[in-house]
Amino acid sequence: MPWRLLRFALNKKHPEPRMFTHHEKLKSSYDVVIIGGGGHGLAAAYYLARDHGITNVCVLEKGYIGGGNTGRNTTIIRSNYLTPEGVKFYDESVNLWQDLSTDFDLNLFYANRGHFTLAHTDSALRTMRWRAEVNKHYGVNSEVVGPEVVKEAAPMIDLSCAGHAPILGALYHAPGSVARHDAVAWGYGRGADQRGVEIHQQTEVLGIDVQGGKVRGVQTSRGYIATNKVLCAVAGSTPRILKMVDVKTPIYIHPLQAMVSEPVKPWLDPILVSGSLHVYISQSARGELVMGASLDPYELHGTRSTLDFVEGLSTHMLEMFPFLSKVKVMRQWAGMADMTPDFAPIMGMTPVEGFYLDSGWGTWGFKATPVCGKTMSHTLVNDTPHPLITGFSLDRFRNFALTGEKGAASVGH
Amino acid sequence: MKILTCPLNGPRPVSEFFYWGEVRPMPDPAAASDDEWADYVFNRNGAPGVKREWWCHTPSNTWFIAERDTEKDLVLKTYFYPGEE
Repeated sequence: MPWRLLRFALNKKHPEPRMFTHHEKLKSSYDVVIIGGGGHGLAAAYYLARDHGITNVCVLEKGYIGGGNTGRNTTIIRSNYLTPEGVKFYDESVNLWQDLSTDFDLNLFYANRGHFTLAHTDSALRTMRWRAEVNKHYGVNSEVVGPEVVKEAAPMIDLSCAGHAPILGALYHAPGSVARHDAVAWGYGRGADQRGVEIHQQTEVLGIDVQGGKVRGVQTSRGYIATNKVLCAVAGSTPRILKMVDVKTPIYIHPLQAMVSEPVKPWLDPILVSGSLHVYISQSARGELVMGASLDPYELHGTRSTLDFVEGLSTHMLEMFPFLSKVKVMRQWAGMADMTPDFAPIMGMTPVEGFYLDSGWGTWGFKATPVCGKTMSHTLVNDTPHPLITGFSLDRFRNFALTGEKGAASVGH
Repeated sequence: MKILTCPLNGPRPVSEFFYWGEVRPMPDPAAASDDEWADYVFNRNGAPGVKREWWCHTPSNTWFIAERDTEKDLVLKTYFYPGEE
């Protein structure tokens, strides 16, 4: 019997510190207010405090920490994108991921697995070559491999995919990894909390006070806060917040669904993705198969899940791995993805002074969590966009200068 | 399976339909400024609410309008675009 546990049980006061400090009240003003207590918002708070010494910051979260898309994604981390802007940006993120566990003193279960994007057609293979060349040019480890390499890495695969979508090759990205997603939000949250940032859960933003084109404050469900700087990092709720400040963007919301199977013995080491069959699959440390597909076909601001999704995804999954036919699906869920027309995010300044956006993260936001925190905190402090995010500004649409990120998740090409 | 009512074919499973976004008036391309045109091409009303949307019943290629609550996922009514019955 551990004495520490017994002492804990008998003690009236909790001798162990809580993961997050509970704050009874909101202060009347903060230097920075961050809307959204997911990975992105908490990472921005963390780097504001750690790298810039700004700690009079509050993070407002409508629900609970990491309960949005941070806890709903399929946890894949990679940087094998297509555009130079995307490759540089995501590569910086992959670098940051490497020592996060040490940074936080919290095990994120970061596991380097290798990542295959399968090509079933000549045109897909051509895109893979393009991506590989762009990646190599920027020093990112990606290469095109033949079907035999896929077979060696995942021996259970049916390379013909039930005969109608034979695998011609794949883009292999050795740094591809998975991590425990909610721990990322907790790690950033605790790190920010220890440095003096206030995290307020169950606190909804009802309005943003804009006067003369400048942010003056935020109206919340627990009272008014005066502030000159607001960072909006709310993924699928972005259009609701944008309505409060009257900023127009191309963002539209579609649900993205995912599911996990019952736990099975480890049999799949790498992460496999097929854009043509709309299948994502990796095996978690617990043995569950984590699976995703493509976006739901129409706009919806909700997180309902559908049987159509499970049927469609399972059909394609069985084409790749026929032996899975007896494995049971354990749970399914959905997140609200904030999509953009060019599959690149919208980050940085807006026409409203003091209102900063970290949005348009659609189906590709989890892997970018660290670099978003870094670049957005820099942008907030210097009032000028970080060099890594200039290609992601809201202006690019007005200037007809899109970024065209076809390497994004859940995008068929 | 969600059911959508096609004005021509009656209630059909939603997998037979194609969604084409909100009904939006197009500015005159010759008269619009670059900003107005960019606004029309890219910007969307992304906020939840009741919207008038283009839908198509793909097997019969029937285009029509659906009024839908995008927060509750409820189709309020479907009808042909006025003048195209």
